[in-house]
Amino acid sequence: MTAPLLEVRNLRVEFPTRRGTLVALDDVSFSIAHGEVLGVVGESGAGKSMTGAAIIGLLEPPGRIAGGQILLNGRRIDNLPYSELRKLRGREIGAIFQDPLTTLNPLYTVGQQLIETMVTHLPLNPAQARAKAIEWLELVGIPAASQRIDSYPHEFSGGMRQRVVIALALCAEPKLIVADEPTTALDVSIQAQVISLLKSLARDKGTSMMLVTHDMGVIAETADRVAVMYAGRIVEVGAVRNVVQQAAHPYSAGLMGSIPPVGRRLERLQQIDGSMPRLSAIPPGCPYNPRCPHAFDRCFVERPELMPAKDNLAACWLYAEQGVPRHA
Amino acid sequence: MFAFIISRLLQALPVMLTVALLSFAMFAYVGDPVAIMLGQDYTIAQRDQLIADLGLNQPFFVQFAKFVVNAAQGEFGLSYRLSRPVAQLIVERAPATLELALCAAILALAIGVPMGVYTGLYRNSWLSRFFLTFSLIGVSLPTFLIGILLILTFSVWLGWLPSFGRGDTVNLGWWSTGLLTWSGIKALILPSITLGLFQLTLIMRLVRAEMMEVLRTDYIKFARARGLTNRAVHFGHALKNTLVPVITITGLQLGAIIAFAIVTETVFQWPGMGLLFIQSVSVADIPVMSAYLLLIALMFVTINLIVDLLYYAVDPRLRIGRGKGAH
Repeated sequence: MTAPLLEVRNLRVEFPTRRGTLVALDDVSFSIAHGEVLGVVGESGAGKSMTGAAIIGLLEPPGRIAGGQILLNGRRIDNLPYSELRKLRGREIGAIFQDPLTTLNPLYTVGQQLIETMVTHLPLNPAQARAKAIEWLELVGIPAASQRIDSYPHEFSGGMRQRVVIALALCAEPKLIVADEPTTALDVSIQAQVISLLKSLARDKGTSMMLVTHDMGVIAETADRVAVMYAGRIVEVGAVRNVVQQAAHPYSAGLMGSIPPVGRRLERLQQIDGSMPRLSAIPPGCPYNPRCPHAFDRCFVERPELMPAKDNLAACWLYAEQGVPRHA
Repeated sequence: MFAFIISRLLQALPVMLTVALLSFAMFAYVGDPVAIMLGQDYTIAQRDQLIADLGLNQPFFVQFAKFVVNAAQGEFGLSYRLSRPVAQLIVERAPATLELALCAAILALAIGVPMGVYTGLYRNSWLSRFFLTFSLIGVSLPTFLIGILLILTFSVWLGWLPSFGRGDTVNLGWWSTGLLTWSGIKALILPSITLGLFQLTLIMRLVRAEMMEVLRTDYIKFARARGLTNRAVHFGHALKNTLVPVITITGLQLGAIIAFAIVTETVFQWPGMGLLFIQSVSVADIPVMSAYLLLIALMFVTINLIVDLLYYAVDPRLRIGRGKGAH
């Protein structure tokens, strides 16, 4: 296999606060191959969005990358100066945010926003960029694109706005898209449309995608591989089918178990007892140990790293005998 | 759009009538014009004659209606003090005040907005802290003190700039301008700074607060994620979104600058409307006072209308009736 498009190695993100440093991401490692869609799932606050923000270099201050490396096509991008990083954004890594109602600047037409993005990154003059902008709007399924290009964001519905956001993220033809909960803020009926649009565009353009979501349905539908995050760490990585159907880590298993089955009536949905620890109070050993039904002595003292577990990699001592720890 | 302007003008009508009522009431309640005009020695017959000539024996509403009709035609009668038509006095003085107010406003905007953007972007730099400290001075020092300190420094000690008056003026038709002569421009500097300093610091603080607010929004994050240059993000996307409140405040402040140029004009003996007004107050020259009051009201109404129109230019969400509105 060729070198991955994106490689994240032992990423550590810290937030210095008045009461000590909070570790928001700890030893996060994963990679995304060319054309691959990696789903990232986990509860709110697990560090999914933070990982995406770190990759595009838009961590909210005072958050900062305190360790590890991020490599794009083998080139380190986590320590680039601001001006270099800016050229990368949009051009090499596109981003899609959660809420299309707030992602577009209300005072510019969608055409202006598309054109300025393309003119910034591509060798196009404004007239060419406008023609391309209309093409992009058509591509993402905006009807009457040549008229709608001069409309303002508030003149579009939420689903249509997210289509515009997708066009904006893709218009400078980046190789990687970081999509942070791209459908969470949309009506359920629109979600499927937007996801299938995103998926088909990514496939046609050969764009890789990091799809952050807590919607397992979206992951199962779209992703090739899945990373499950918990308390700022990756607890399991594997092919989407393996993780959904035979999760190795007790947390992933619990997460998958909480998806209501279609067709069967359930009296109660399954749930994982307790809640994720606060960043300031992550327990020693495995961070999941207070909630884990299988926790034993070792889980409380020693922190597990990703190791082969069933067909995946999981950070869980239950699989210690399967082999030596290794990275994803 | 046209309907909007018409409706705003109709709304302005009651405002203007109310102010007209107030300024008309001054004639009845502030001083006795008949006594002032007659002087020391007069007979009862002379007094009754004058009252009849002035129409003061007519019913209140008739008098008020006459006043409104006259005022609408720019006819405010004779100044008690100078015995010249009030309208003529104001037209003579208006260019001085308007030039001063305009310079002060331009100064406040041209310096205040960039300073606000800078301090909003680089909150912790030493220059931002310096600007903020400086702005405290502008906000808290009274105008007359600033004026006197400037005169002391630049006119008395350094001798660079004149301490009073407009310098040489050139007449362009009825408009006398000080902007075309060197001494006129020099005379304009200190009063403009004095008048504009408070507005400058106010605009700076406003732009700063708005910038900090806007920079936290998703669309700014997204603009960065699209790899736009800092200049495009800060001065295009961010600054434009701060404009609506800035336009509101600037508009109101422009009205305030014109209306309250009184203090600055007094300190610098600037021959404008403010100085005319304050001189009229001291001798209860009611026609001038009431005309001034109406004029200022008219200015505020006009500026508010312009501000509302600017909203439309800046914020497409307000342009209703085109496309479908968002929820």
